[in-house]
Amino acid sequence: MLAGSMMNQVGEGRIVRFETALLAMDTAGIKLMLTEFSGLSLSLAEALIVPALERIGRGWEEGRYALSQVYMSGRQCEALMNSIQPDIAVEQVSGPRMAIAALEDYHLLGMRLVSSVLRASGFPLLDYGRMDVDSLADRVADAGVDILLISVLMLRSALRVRDLRRKLGASGHRVALAVGGAPFRLDKELWREVGADGTSDTAAGAVALVKRLAEEREN
Amino acid sequence: MKQPMTSLQRVFSALSLQEPDRVPLFLLLTMHGARELGMSIQEYFSKAENVVEGQLRLRAKYHSDCIYTFFYASLEAEAWGTETIFFDDGPPNAGMPMITDVASIERLERPRVGETACLQKVLEATRSLKARIGDEAPLLGVVMSPFSLPVMQMGFERYMDLIHEEPDVLERLLGLNEEFCVEWANAQLAAGATALCYYDPVSSPTILPPELYRRFGLPLARRTIARFNGPSAIHLASGRCLPIVEDVASTNTLAIGVSAEEDLKTIKGACAGKLAVVGNLNAIEMRRWTPMQAEAEVKRAIAAAGPGGGFILSDNHGEIPWQVPDEVLLAISEAVRTWGNYPISLKVPSDAD
Repeated sequence: MLAGSMMNQVGEGRIVRFETALLAMDTAGIKLMLTEFSGLSLSLAEALIVPALERIGRGWEEGRYALSQVYMSGRQCEALMNSIQPDIAVEQVSGPRMAIAALEDYHLLGMRLVSSVLRASGFPLLDYGRMDVDSLADRVADAGVDILLISVLMLRSALRVRDLRRKLGASGHRVALAVGGAPFRLDKELWREVGADGTSDTAAGAVALVKRLAEEREN
Repeated sequence: MKQPMTSLQRVFSALSLQEPDRVPLFLLLTMHGARELGMSIQEYFSKAENVVEGQLRLRAKYHSDCIYTFFYASLEAEAWGTETIFFDDGPPNAGMPMITDVASIERLERPRVGETACLQKVLEATRSLKARIGDEAPLLGVVMSPFSLPVMQMGFERYMDLIHEEPDVLERLLGLNEEFCVEWANAQLAAGATALCYYDPVSSPTILPPELYRRFGLPLARRTIARFNGPSAIHLASGRCLPIVEDVASTNTLAIGVSAEEDLKTIKGACAGKLAVVGNLNAIEMRRWTPMQAEAEVKRAIAAAGPGGGFILSDNHGEIPWQVPDEVLLAISEAVRTWGNYPISLKVPSDAD
């Protein structure tokens, strides 16, 4: 839970300035803004970095920003978070176990974007890279993954999520599937059709999605 | 009712921003040829003669106003040394990028069209199709833009890093790609292609901010397209185009492909007097359309962009997915012949309709 004092310390104006600095790739400006706070922390990430990335993600969804800006912003924020907690990706003590993979595509950008934003938002996750259905299902079951994020570019790969869901079901392992990528953006019904538990049009939206899936898992 | 035209006349009329006898249809089918011939997608693309037969059968069945000599998107990456991976139910995909470290770009050499088997196969198909189709219908060839090819050559992330951080190395790669693209384009035109589609998704504002496009992609497109020995259309492959319509027009290309995420009527207005408009049926949703929905979507597109001419009905991406069933394709084809005759009397449906 975000401390109220941190919320007050950040404020809307700073978020907008941080967003502007990220889009301009103004590294010096970003560092200067962070020196205004007592120190880097996960709650600062939640109060400043996540809202800025969400604004940029919304901007892309609305056609105001480009995907390259989402990518470069995420990359800058991921570097920042690594400087806060370099071991965040592997040192998980509580919460759902999450993993991310690109399903049968060699286009890894979407996966990298989501991975950057989640790490920058303080969510640890296992990075499986490119996987086929069978290997991914086995790996997810072996690792006891609770939430699996899947990125695809091609329609064919999106439809393979259905096979993945079937295979995971057969293994008896209960896992929530969060899917994203161009086919799911262009066809708003597709995520349901393939048996996923949710989708997001943007990398930043994945933060809210995994929070929802984690809550549903607890209930 | 206007005098019936051949497909070639119809398309040239639309590209000249005129009203033909009816709205031309570019049903951009590639893999469906394999289905017609009862063979796997990999086997289909292994021989030029398969693609020739497949394209002729598809035209006879769906009455598309062009023959599409495009094989698959990873073909050019394959020419540069990237592996192509085939699937039974989707387009061949580029495997791991061949440029694994930026330093290797300094030593990179471009492939020569005459020495590259996969490209020669396309040229053989083009020559054969031209011999069979004559001047009845245009043959539409495809080149990847020198600015977008690096996504397959080196992966999107490494390419974005290169654009933002190493402009000198970027210029070297784009220079090599430009020479390759010009040679490949002109070889297709010499083999019988009527026009070329210049696929350039990276230049879309969906992918790159217009200021970076204007710095790198636009001057490259102007130079490259000026060296083609024939006409071209620019397609941003599902990416948005509205903010850069004026820039695209400045390349002297004839037409632009429109995303399903953009309002077709708005794009048509922005392109008036400058560019023909190609689009924008949603190829992803198309998979689950009923024939009735297909007809409604065709009517919507024709009502939005048909009046005044300068419009070619097509999908938003430049390739119809394998999963789109025949009945939907037939419904699209029939609908354009029912509702696309000039003068167009359809009105854009309002949300209340």
